[in-house]
Amino acid sequence: MAEHSDPRDEVVEHLSAMRAFAMSLTRNSALADDMVQDALVKAWSKIDSYQPGTNMRAWLFTILRNTYYSHHRKARREVADVDGEMAAALSQKPDHDGRLQMRDFNHAFEQLKDEQREALILVGAGGFSYEEAAQTCGVAIGTIKSRVNRARKQLVEMLQMSDDEVLEATDVVTTTIVSDNKNVA
Amino acid sequence: MTQDRRNSNLEEAIEANLKRVYEDVANQDVPDRFKDLLNKLRESEQTEKTEPENNDG
Repeated sequence: MAEHSDPRDEVVEHLSAMRAFAMSLTRNSALADDMVQDALVKAWSKIDSYQPGTNMRAWLFTILRNTYYSHHRKARREVADVDGEMAAALSQKPDHDGRLQMRDFNHAFEQLKDEQREALILVGAGGFSYEEAAQTCGVAIGTIKSRVNRARKQLVEMLQMSDDEVLEATDVVTTTIVSDNKNVA
Repeated sequence: MTQDRRNSNLEEAIEANLKRVYEDVANQDVPDRFKDLLNKLRESEQTEKTEPENNDG
């Protein structure tokens, strides 16, 4: 009766990370938490498929993302992006660089494909190696690498544009000269 | 500012924001509903296992 070795006891240690990953995928806190709940029930019932000693977080994230792709992706498209709107409303003052960047970033991040977003968040924020991310997403390491690279490139491109807009807007405000410069381009 | 310089600043900002998106949630307290759920799952299992197997041997 080695009750302490029940891998299910470890699940609780990954709840925060599961919520963070779910939120990265759905960009909606209510959906994210529903998704975590579904994934927990599933994980509990199929704990036999977990091999003790292997990466439990990766195993849980696999269940989580499968839950997302089979049930929640559609819902994500249907619900209004309440969190995003709130975040935008909260950070509307363009007087704080960090905040402004974050709003722009969130907007750009949401434009990425789901597969790119998850690869990027696993590797760029979740501390997953390419190999762990590949295992979690059920694809080859090369696929993860190219998704991450493309996602980064797209973010740079999108944020470059918004950066230019910001600079333009700042110029207009500071100089109060609304010229016809735009027409030149 | 040169384009390269701007890009590397942008790349740094992207990495920082990525971490922030994730860590903002990861650092929150986990709502009770999840711990409650885990407790319920455990309880329902124990009631199912009214006849434990004694096949140690």
